[in-house]
Amino acid sequence: MASTVDVSGNTVLTTPPNQQSDDAHGYYTLGEKIADTKAPAGPIKDRWTTHKMNNRLVNPANRRKLDVIIVGTGLAGGAAAATLGEAGYNVKSFCYQDSPRRAHSIAAQGGINAAKNYKEDGDSTYRLFYDTVKGGDYRSRESNVYRLAEVSANIIDQCVAQGVPFAREYGGLLDNRSFGGVQVSRTFYARGQTGQQLLIGAYQAMERQVAAGTVTQYTRHEMLELIIVDGKARGIIARDMVTGAIETHLADVVVLASGGYGNVFFLSTNAMGSNVTAAWRAHRKGAYMANPCYTQIHPTCIPVSGDHQSKLTLMSESLRNDGRIWVPKKAEDCTKDPRDIPEEDRDYYLERIYPSFGNLVPRDIASRQAKNVCDEGRGVGPMVGDFRRGVYLDFADAIKRLGEDAVREKYDNLFDMYERITGENPYEVPMRIYPAVHYVMGGLWVDYDLQSNIDGLFVTGEANFSDHGANRLGASALMQGLADGYFVLPNTIREYLADGPFDAIDESHPEVVAARTEVEDRIQKFLSINGTRTVDSYHKELGNIMWEYCGMERTEDGLRKAIDMIRELKADFWSNVKVLGTADSLNQSLEKAGRVADFLELGELMCIDALNRRESCGGHFRAESQTEDGEALRHDDEFAYVAAWEFGGEGGQPVLHKEDLVYTAIEMKQRSYK
Amino acid sequence: MAVSGLIFIGFVLTHMYGNLKAFAGEESFNEYAHHLRTIGEPMLPESGLLWVIRLVLIVSLVVHVSSALILARRAGAARTVKYAVKKNKHSSISSRTMRWGGLTILVFLVWHLLNFTIVKVNPSGGETDNPYQLMVDTFDLWWMTLIYLAAMAALALHLHHGTFSAMQTLGWTNSAAARTRARTAGWVLAIVIAGGFSLVPIFVLLGVID
Amino acid sequence: MRLTLKIWRQENASAQGALQTYDLDGISADMSFLEMLDVLNEKLQGEGQEPVAFDHDCREGICGTCSLMINGEAHGPEVTTTCQLHMRSFNDGDTITIEPWRADAFPVVRDLIVDRSAFDRIIQSGGFISANTGSAPEANSVPAPRDKAMRAFNVATCIGCGACVAACPNGSASLFMGAKITHLGELPQGQPERYSRVVDMVAQHDHEGFGGCTNIGECASACPKEIPLDVISQLNKDLRDAMRMGL
Ligand SMILES: Cc1cc2nc3c(=O)[nH]c(=O)nc-3n(C[C@H](O)[C@H](O)[C@H](O)COP(=O)(O)OP(=O)(O)OC[C@H]3O[C@@H](n4cnc5c(N)ncnc54)[C@H](O)[C@@H]3O)c2cc1C
Ligand code: HEM
Ligand code: SF4
Ligand code: FES
Repeated sequence: MASTVDVSGNTVLTTPPNQQSDDAHGYYTLGEKIADTKAPAGPIKDRWTTHKMNNRLVNPANRRKLDVIIVGTGLAGGAAAATLGEAGYNVKSFCYQDSPRRAHSIAAQGGINAAKNYKEDGDSTYRLFYDTVKGGDYRSRESNVYRLAEVSANIIDQCVAQGVPFAREYGGLLDNRSFGGVQVSRTFYARGQTGQQLLIGAYQAMERQVAAGTVTQYTRHEMLELIIVDGKARGIIARDMVTGAIETHLADVVVLASGGYGNVFFLSTNAMGSNVTAAWRAHRKGAYMANPCYTQIHPTCIPVSGDHQSKLTLMSESLRNDGRIWVPKKAEDCTKDPRDIPEEDRDYYLERIYPSFGNLVPRDIASRQAKNVCDEGRGVGPMVGDFRRGVYLDFADAIKRLGEDAVREKYDNLFDMYERITGENPYEVPMRIYPAVHYVMGGLWVDYDLQSNIDGLFVTGEANFSDHGANRLGASALMQGLADGYFVLPNTIREYLADGPFDAIDESHPEVVAARTEVEDRIQKFLSINGTRTVDSYHKELGNIMWEYCGMERTEDGLRKAIDMIRELKADFWSNVKVLGTADSLNQSLEKAGRVADFLELGELMCIDALNRRESCGGHFRAESQTEDGEALRHDDEFAYVAAWEFGGEGGQPVLHKEDLVYTAIEMKQRSYK
Repeated sequence: MAVSGLIFIGFVLTHMYGNLKAFAGEESFNEYAHHLRTIGEPMLPESGLLWVIRLVLIVSLVVHVSSALILARRAGAARTVKYAVKKNKHSSISSRTMRWGGLTILVFLVWHLLNFTIVKVNPSGGETDNPYQLMVDTFDLWWMTLIYLAAMAALALHLHHGTFSAMQTLGWTNSAAARTRARTAGWVLAIVIAGGFSLVPIFVLLGVID
Repeated sequence: MRLTLKIWRQENASAQGALQTYDLDGISADMSFLEMLDVLNEKLQGEGQEPVAFDHDCREGICGTCSLMINGEAHGPEVTTTCQLHMRSFNDGDTITIEPWRADAFPVVRDLIVDRSAFDRIIQSGGFISANTGSAPEANSVPAPRDKAMRAFNVATCIGCGACVAACPNGSASLFMGAKITHLGELPQGQPERYSRVVDMVAQHDHEGFGGCTNIGECASACPKEIPLDVISQLNKDLRDAMRMGL
């Protein structure tokens, strides 16, 4: 039921039942609908081919004169830099790490999907498309997803040609495995280091272009502002993180491939430096932020061990292929040695509730059920707050069935990692796992061309919102990153660049100077507050708020509370943060300050988005919207849209633009994995 | 470096084998020393082969020592600021003492040549034209034997790592098994060669050979 | 537990650096080594001192960013990355000396952070397979023997951390380079450029000022990914073959 808050802070019901709910009333204003996504019409299987044909070409001789800025060197950015460099554009590539090879794509473990149907198990482009739309809980754009499925096979070809050492069968052909949420084997992998191998492939291709002179790489450079001139994205302001120099980089087009913002939760499986700054700065300059509340909470991470925790470590989802998840049936068994708990006293709850998918249900479901059993007091491991936050992932059966050697061959590096972190040997004692923030489906809004609503600003990879709807299936982010970088962006950006080179601008242009001054002022501000709290302490507090109220389960009241808390925290941050050191040196506290300042603003928008979406779908579970047996309940009549938020100005309210989701090639159904 | 090292190994192996003739008595030892100078005759002039071998050895030495110098210089330049604390984890002592060990061998080599080949110094003042006698006189002095044994220890260390290292350098150790084999070869050669060389001085000192 | 830390502090590349001593209390065995440094940094900032700068990103042992010399051992006493090292490997009362990687090809940027861009340049010189996007044949059209593919994968797990250089008494990057040469050289797709690759990479390696390899093996024992020494043999073999071809 919808409601609003009156002046004194009380919740008042505003709309009678059966009418559009508007929980976030008072927090936002409604803007115009998004009319055109540039998604082509016609039969779905021809759309991409036709679109590619219709996009104009850029004469090879002209490409050299076109400057392309790419922020990010993960799969999305690295692949794009390599491909556009090969095509002959003049590419400038940025990353905050000391080498492009360290982008967080490197951490992906499990694998990458592709509709190759090498296993002859009935896979096809359409099935991959179908699974991905269904997995995304019917909140993604069908044309985009179909295109993703279509180019997936080319990705594997490309990677193999670059020397990516995928797992192979004895005959020397590529091997596949199955992954959560699907019933075919279509996941290509390189033991538990698929992301690493794919990224190294893209990195090497990019370094080759650096040697060829088409790509210039700027490492340890952080983008801090977007430059817009005459309505077009024309460059960025970046800080050289070693010298502190504020640099202006101008170009004909800007591509953001800056990854996800899961670190808004402080604890996540993201890298310590993962941030929203590049995307958020663009958002503040007018780019819409779409579905920011869609967060993926991954079910198999190593549980929190104490207050000192700085990040969470994922255990690949592939473990669910052989491991069985359970908790004790009785709360009093939770402190026992799990090996002493007899079979009949164990609750293999996923197998019980979802007999046909069992331990392989999609991530959102596996995560939420883990939370549920722990909330019932049946969790295991150390107490975190009032509950034990962990469930068992047990390999005893697999070891019995396949032998320890076979299990070792498949998962050895994961088991080692687990043992190193927890000090427990998973060959002997069941692993303990718990969900953790892992990925964000939300991101900057883009059209079918991957262009944001700002001309000349393209967004790829996890930084955009495009392909995963409300939930991402395993092994599909790598697919999306590489699809965007190798095959989609290079074919869509040319339509835009065909009009270039655009009028030359120089660093004295008023818009450029303004952007630069903004950055410098902000840095000075951080350094001059000179308060009493460290940046990390704010980040932790924000993370706690987000996890508590905008995490696995969200409620109207909780979200309202969270918004208030974040606003307060933000005000305190700007008056009381302590950032030591200078602007013109390597200063890690200063770097963090900028990131946390943006997370604070993003966190608020995520809560508003979550509050607005009074339905449960995918990674977003609203307690007010569930079926009788506690499953997520979608409201397609009200919420089958992409929520694209426009920045409402400092202190203003964000403006909601809705993009209706229309399905022609697939029928919307309530998901069922039972 | 690896090639010159292997040439040295070949040389020291034969040299060591020749030295063992000392156990067969004065005559066969001197015969062997003489024979060295007459192999190949009349196709080659007297000492012809010996000179060929000497030339190869000299060239090898120049190559070997200059490579060692270059490597040492590069290593020095590669890390000009040293660690305050540095541990070695699994490397052998031999691998880390190649440079000092090599230098020891070089110094020894100079003395050794002065002693037996170029000047023929007989430290106990005896006869110098009879190789067998020269050898016995030399090793009758305990401190000469000690110097020789020390040099052989250096050689053992050098060979222990050098053998393995040469195989790595030549690209013959592309698997774990090949690596183990190369390491074993290092042990065997070190023990056989340094041990073989040491037998003679020890037995002279003990009076078994006189 | 209570620790005494001796940490290398250096303002910037051109400044003089020195070891500074810090006392730290209340460290739990479950903390990672970097979380221990986080605690130190929070404490330092509380006292108005600038935090210790150190490199890290993924904190799960895969990005290769973290890079500390801990008590004279690259990445510390376990076979893993610094970020995956946990305090249970230390004892109450320990003194821990923390230094940056030391190599002239890896100049110190600040405190414990060094510049490893030399590795990027070695890759640029040839550590790739030239396969333009879109030109690739069907993936299964060229089978790769499983054992070779496995070897390629095993050595491709190198994370480019530079521990091998840090540990090597010669300051050589041969293990890093050998890993890449072996990875690409074991695959059918890597054959066309196999020999020019090794020649170019070795030339760049030497040009960067890394030392020459004398097969000591400290690199392999410091390597968190257990890249074996045989990649250096493979490098040498390919280099010799290349020289024989006159490259
Ligand atoms: C632990 C883990 C495991 C995963 N496993 C899988 C899996 O098995 N299968 C799968 O499909 N997906 C997986 N994912 C998801 C997937 O890895 C990511 O979504 C994907 O790799 C993101 O790629 P990207 O190129 O968009 O961004 P990233 O790889 O995160 O790259 C971001 C880039 O942007 C740069 N950057 C960011 N901000 C700035 C700035 N302000 N200025 C300059 N540069 C900036 C960074 O330096 C970096 O180069 C996993 C994710 C995690 C965290
Ligand atoms: C009997 C004499 C010698 C033998 C049998 C011998 C053998 C070897 C061998 C086989 C190697 C390995 C080569 C490689 O890895 O490529 C080597 C390396 C080396 N040798 Fe010698 N050598 C001898 C004398 C010397 C001398 C006189 C020096 C004096 C400077 C010397 C210094 C070195 C050095 C510095 C190395 C470098 C390799 C390293 O540090 O591992 N060696 N030697
Ligand atoms: S070879 Fe090992 S130590 Fe060297 S860079 Fe690679 S992972 Fe690090
Ligand atoms: S921080 Fe990424 S490997 Fe250690």
